[in-house]
Amino acid sequence: MDGQGQIVIERVNHTYRPPRGRAVLALSDISLEVRPREFMALLGPSGCGKSTLLYLVGGFLPIEAGRIVVEGKPVSAPGPDRGIVFQHFALFPWKTVRANILYGLERQGMPRAEREQRAQAFIDMVGLRGFEDSYPSHLSGGMKQRTALARTLAFDPDILLMDEPFGALDAQTRSLMQTELLSIWKRTPKTVIFVTHDVQEAVYLAERVAVMSARPGRIKAIVETKFGNRDPSILRTKEFVEKVDELWNLVRDEAIKAQESNQETKAS
Amino acid sequence: MTQTAVTQTALRYLPLVLIAIAWEVAARLNIVDALALPPLSKVAVAWADLVRDGELVDNGMASLYRAFAGLGLAIIVGGGLGLCMARSRLLDMFVNPLVELFYPLPKSALIPVTVLWLGFGDGSKILLIFLGCMIPVTIGAYNGARGSDHVLVWSARSMGARRVRLMWDVVVPSALPELLNGIRTALALAFILLVSSELIVSQKGFGYLIGYLGSTGSYEGMYAVVLTVAFLGFAADRLYQLVMQWLLQWRE
Repeated sequence: MDGQGQIVIERVNHTYRPPRGRAVLALSDISLEVRPREFMALLGPSGCGKSTLLYLVGGFLPIEAGRIVVEGKPVSAPGPDRGIVFQHFALFPWKTVRANILYGLERQGMPRAEREQRAQAFIDMVGLRGFEDSYPSHLSGGMKQRTALARTLAFDPDILLMDEPFGALDAQTRSLMQTELLSIWKRTPKTVIFVTHDVQEAVYLAERVAVMSARPGRIKAIVETKFGNRDPSILRTKEFVEKVDELWNLVRDEAIKAQESNQETKAS
Repeated sequence: MTQTAVTQTALRYLPLVLIAIAWEVAARLNIVDALALPPLSKVAVAWADLVRDGELVDNGMASLYRAFAGLGLAIIVGGGLGLCMARSRLLDMFVNPLVELFYPLPKSALIPVTVLWLGFGDGSKILLIFLGCMIPVTIGAYNGARGSDHVLVWSARSMGARRVRLMWDVVVPSALPELLNGIRTALALAFILLVSSELIVSQKGFGYLIGYLGSTGSYEGMYAVVLTVAFLGFAADRLYQLVMQWLLQWRE
């Protein structure tokens, strides 16, 4: 079990080349190690390349410079060892909730009876019993994201890559989903990289937070955010509020820089 | 169907009934020349005669075979081509100019060409319909596949789907709404090309029958065949829309 779920990112650069316009350095010299079964948040202003870094770990984008090693093997393509959950759910709209969850299990070659049983177990876990045969277009945002989470968890990846997964949800649903994610993670610990621009969310969910700078994205600081017992009651404790402040101070400068550089780009 | 649904459908087609009545009355009262527009009732009688002596059915089957063979080939070849073009830049570069060039060409201009290649029989009609229907099907498949959301492709890849599976499981269903619209256009085009090619060069089929009855002065019969073709086109489109609705029930 050694190294299971371990992610090592070494000196990664990434240049974004739009079809028209000039190339932009999106990530600069990123090195980061995520320990097995650690919950790590990537926090930064929008446009800092945090999602790009996640996609590189996922194997969706080619690694141009540096290397990313997952469980001892260099990343070259996507694989079922790394499950991903997107902000806009990325459910197959032509498949029902059940069929969406079954899809990954089919691709893993799981026997029919077993995968039906497993899909049902995950449908129950995320509280979607009764909606198995609904299409995504008939679900609320929260239910869609529950389905997406169940789909990814069902094929049991060692690593969970989450790209602002609760960013498209309303505040109440978001806070419920955060608590739910934590309780799932406590029951079946996985290595998680959780991309967000929400400081409070990062502090609440993660054990460590990697703060990224404005473009080009660099790792500006790594902050421990381990709290003894993470339930919603800690949100009001002094420790928690101080931690949020500390991180907010780190992020604020970058957010201002990001805004200024956006204005420059628009002005030029 | 519920009672209200029946009433609604009846109301929807009421204008057609009114036109039919106006037609009958106008012809009976000699408001229009009875030769140019025979009464609808006489057209109905001529229709029954054509059915009884087998002419309508024989010619009709020949026509439908040509239409659906051409359309079927166009769906298979055009659909495949459009999907592959969306996935392969090289193929796209090579085929796209051909599609653009061929798109505005009136396909009926190819009637003599297909006859030159394949003669007066089924082959030339099927080829013409195939060529004409290919365009909307190819464009529909191409646009649909290009519009497929890359995060869906990524999701499927992270779950272990590769190449053909990815195409079949993600790209094809993503392209389906536009592909099905392209096929609907092709369906209408198939009827147009069918009848026009049969009118010009053929010894059987709806188009041939219309031309033959017209040239021998059996105008009631001619109208009967024209209305039959119109009805078949309409019915095919309605049926197709039902299939489309069923295939796309996941939307909304």
